[in-house]
Amino acid sequence: MEKIGVYVCHCGTNIAGTVDVQEVAEWAAARLKHRGVVVGREYKFMCSSLGQELIEKDIKELGLTRVVVAACSPHLHENTFRTACKRAGLNPYLCELVSIREQVSWVHTDKDMATAKAMAVVSGGVERVLHHEALEPLKVSIHPDTLVVGGGIAGIQAALEIADAGYKVYLVEREPSIGGHMAQFDKTFPTLDCAACILTPKMVQAGTHPNIELLTWSEVEKVDGYVGNFSVTIRKKSRYVKTDLCTGCGICWEKCPKKVVDDVFEAGMGTRKAIYTPFAQAVPRYPVIDRANCTYYIKGTCKACEKFCPTSAIDFNQEDEIITVNVGNIVLATGYETFDAHRMAQYGYGRLPNVLTSIEFERMCNASGPTNGEILLRDGKSKPKAVGIVHCVGSRDKNYNEYCSVICCMQGLKFAHLVHERTGAEVYNFYIDMRTPFKGYEEFYQRVLEEGTHFIRGKVAEINDAPRTPEEQGKLIAQVEDTLVGVQMRIPLDMVILSVALEPRHDAKETAKRFGLSCSADGWFIEKHPKLDPVATMTEGILIAGCVQGPKDIPASVAQGAAAAARALGKIHAKEIALEPVRASVIEEKCSGCRICNGLCPFNAISFHEERMVTEINAALCQGCGTCVAACPAGAITGTGFSNEQIFAQIEGLLLLNVGEEPVPA
Amino acid sequence: MTVNGNKPKFAMYWAASCGGCEIAVLNIHEKILDVDANFDVVFWPVAMDAKYKDVEAMEDGSILLTLFNGGIRNDENEHIAKLLRRKSKILVAFGSCANEGCIPGLANLSDSREIVSTAFNTISTDNPKQIYPMISYDVPEGEIHIPKILPVLKTLDQVVDVDYYMPGCPPESHQIAAVIDLVVQVLQGKAELPPKGTVIGAGNSTVCDECKRARNIKMVKSFKRIWGVEVDPELCLLEQGIPCNGIATRSGCNARCPTAGAQCIGCYGPAEGVIDYGARLISAFASVIDSNDPEEIDRILDGIVDPTGQFYRFNLAGSLLKAGKPAWEKA
Ligand SMILES: Cc1cc2nc3c(=O)[nH]c(=O)nc-3n(C[C@H](O)[C@H](O)[C@H](O)COP(=O)(O)OP(=O)(O)OC[C@H]3O[C@@H](n4cnc5c(N)ncnc54)[C@H](O)[C@@H]3O)c2cc1C
Ligand code: SF4
Ligand code: SF4
Ligand code: SF4
Ligand code: SF4
Repeated sequence: MEKIGVYVCHCGTNIAGTVDVQEVAEWAAARLKHRGVVVGREYKFMCSSLGQELIEKDIKELGLTRVVVAACSPHLHENTFRTACKRAGLNPYLCELVSIREQVSWVHTDKDMATAKAMAVVSGGVERVLHHEALEPLKVSIHPDTLVVGGGIAGIQAALEIADAGYKVYLVEREPSIGGHMAQFDKTFPTLDCAACILTPKMVQAGTHPNIELLTWSEVEKVDGYVGNFSVTIRKKSRYVKTDLCTGCGICWEKCPKKVVDDVFEAGMGTRKAIYTPFAQAVPRYPVIDRANCTYYIKGTCKACEKFCPTSAIDFNQEDEIITVNVGNIVLATGYETFDAHRMAQYGYGRLPNVLTSIEFERMCNASGPTNGEILLRDGKSKPKAVGIVHCVGSRDKNYNEYCSVICCMQGLKFAHLVHERTGAEVYNFYIDMRTPFKGYEEFYQRVLEEGTHFIRGKVAEINDAPRTPEEQGKLIAQVEDTLVGVQMRIPLDMVILSVALEPRHDAKETAKRFGLSCSADGWFIEKHPKLDPVATMTEGILIAGCVQGPKDIPASVAQGAAAAARALGKIHAKEIALEPVRASVIEEKCSGCRICNGLCPFNAISFHEERMVTEINAALCQGCGTCVAACPAGAITGTGFSNEQIFAQIEGLLLLNVGEEPVPA
Repeated sequence: MTVNGNKPKFAMYWAASCGGCEIAVLNIHEKILDVDANFDVVFWPVAMDAKYKDVEAMEDGSILLTLFNGGIRNDENEHIAKLLRRKSKILVAFGSCANEGCIPGLANLSDSREIVSTAFNTISTDNPKQIYPMISYDVPEGEIHIPKILPVLKTLDQVVDVDYYMPGCPPESHQIAAVIDLVVQVLQGKAELPPKGTVIGAGNSTVCDECKRARNIKMVKSFKRIWGVEVDPELCLLEQGIPCNGIATRSGCNARCPTAGAQCIGCYGPAEGVIDYGARLISAFASVIDSNDPEEIDRILDGIVDPTGQFYRFNLAGSLLKAGKPAWEKA
């Protein structure tokens, strides 16, 4: 007969405040004795070293063969208790953690009922653990190369950290140059460093690093494999430029006759040529031809670039190249997009020329931008005398995005400062709440306050150009309630800047699917744990960094890039990784080849053998999610650790069908 | 399995069932002679005259093999099930009704009064005096009884211990013949009986395993009733939106229905190890619906007009639920 130890945790008052833990422990020892329970204990913090030692001691002295811990969710401490069992020589998978915190004490108030439910949960755990099997983790080797997707600041940081440590990195970027959003900015809050001054050196470093293979103008098409052994198919879109010959001299784009409005890097504020690099400091320096706009591809003649290119690098017949790389870890740093201001028609964006988005304003401020850094109205000549900065456009708004975009308050303050500095105009910041929580941020706010910026607490109702008074003539009018004073105001302005929300990439869901990740309802990629594991994901070997995980500023993006790199490096160094053996497998004789399960696996672990008409699951790819186990109508798929026997036994336990007689009081 | 000069005894009984199982046994053609050659048929009401009291008089365990078909609907069924259990060495739940309730088991959605009133008081019943059956009735010769209907129909193994299970509605004749063959071989010492509790006369996979239709990754955009569509003769029916239960139904029938162009309705019951047939089917169907839009999903599911009939036609009494709530409530 198995010998089971039951350990009930107080979790301070978290559990003990609502559940009579002592009663639960005593009950288990008495009433589940005939099921094998030989000891029932309670302890203040089971996860503490003393708590763990309690288990270890009992395993050694009482010869426990199974352990049930009633505490928090397995997400949190399953590993802790498994490791404790392992230290004492018990196979870690013979331990079951049942949740009496998340599922009992936190959701109930009646102590008697909560205690009764905790007993049922413990009883379920005891029945289940009886069906546990001793398992061995799956060992797989780790390929030392890493793929980083997205060459914004987060991706660049991750790539450099790994490359500097001596390992190869493939850095894939879909635009012609790395740099991401940061490359578009002029100054960065709170220190007002020039973005280019701090970013360009990193870009160059990434571009020239012997361990980094830059794959710009490229996209990942397919990801196969699993942690340690991914095989990634990448499409290198044709640049129509031979990069081995091109020196980046720029003659081609100088000579190209075709001007195109640049909607990407210049956010529509400036133009580029049909053959172009997005900006002067682009890395790599090779241009690309924008085929849709190139005169040659439209009309069949031109080829000016080809004629003038001193090294004959132009190749109009170049085709996309598909390459496959093998990597052990993947860092996703695909960043964010900005909210489309057209969606809030009340702010007149697109209709009123001097209503700009924050990204457009960044380009305007940038010394190498369309106005050479001058802050001008759309007429291209006049300086504004009054500028309004609207916060939270598309953020903190039930109609668009409920979340806070994190950076807009500081970006609004940065803009206020720049406007002051460069135009001397009156500046109005319309905010709902001012959020300046990180290092140097509050100080920056004070500085901008002292510069004389007006702060109006209220959500702007409307921006219009319908004057009511002579002063409003020819102006934009911001209609807003100053909620601190409680008055409605009409503020005449020359220019309005909309601090647009940060949003997930439009293709975030497809990207997530391609890499086997999940997105939150908003579309941000979901981290393994919001506090304790922000750069890992539920898919082993796939890490996330920067704004792809949620809105954040540059310091946080950089920190995540470095953290993701450290994670990858840790795995690379270990050379081998032990995977949870909780996996699904197909019992071949039972599989009828009905193919119900074939399209269901979120991790692409399922394949079908046409010749034998059976399905197979790749154990290394399977994450044990159970989707296919539930779907297989033949019962041909079984999940280790989640077999039908285990689950039905647990249900019977929960229903207290197993409970023994009340022992006769001594 | 000593024979002692005498042939071993054989019995077959029908409880709540349609009689198809009996026909299926007779339908094994000349193999039936093997039964006669090897067994002494002591009790088989459909084929020969016999009295319960004769069975009651037999020694316990004296019948070697009893094929029991039909569900346990009334106290007579229950009495005979218990009686034959006592008298038989090997008791086989024969056919879908005995295994899992089958069509009679669908009555478990209603309580017994509703059932009786449906039988004696519907438009199609000519019963102007509203005469209802009575359990006991006094006649000059004394008191006479009819069997009492039980609150729910039970499967054989919900009432007595069962040795083997032979599914099908009815079991396919070739499977019956194979089982008879096996028992004969066991008698001759040439084979061994499978472990108790085994499902015999059927396969270990599902109907799809025996179905020749081509299949792909399934993406179902609508469920259709078969009379409403032109059926592609080569392609898996489920992929055509025809709710074929072959995916969840135990193999053994040679995929008769899908081969003939009709969907499998599930008469061979759940696959090996499956506890609730309908639940398996429901989650499988749900898994292949090709939509993420809740309203569209609802529309697709509306294509399954009779969910109980689709998912539990044969298995309701044997399912985890066993019966609908009213049947339990007003026992
Ligand atoms: C107007 C504005 C001003 C700001 N000012 C500041 C400031 O002053 N200070 C500060 O700290 N923060 C500021 N921020 C925030 C800052 O922009 C972000 O914190 C930072 O850029 C995030 O970097 P990232 O690498 O995560 O994302 P990104 O900069 O968005 O980079 C992502 C990269 O991935 C590429 N990519 C996307 N999808 C794919 C794909 N499928 N395949 C390959 N490549 C892909 C993109 O092309 C891009 O290069 C500001 C933000 C805004 C909107
Ligand atoms: S062919 Fe002409 S239009 Fe096209 S990129 Fe070259 S120079 Fe420009
Ligand atoms: S349990 Fe099934 S669906 Fe889930 S990851 Fe494993 S193979 Fe894929
Ligand atoms: S659902 Fe089950 S029976 Fe069907 S193919 Fe998948 S494993 Fe095989
Ligand atoms: S038609 Fe029915 S039995 Fe045949 S493969 Fe399709 S689901 Fe299975």
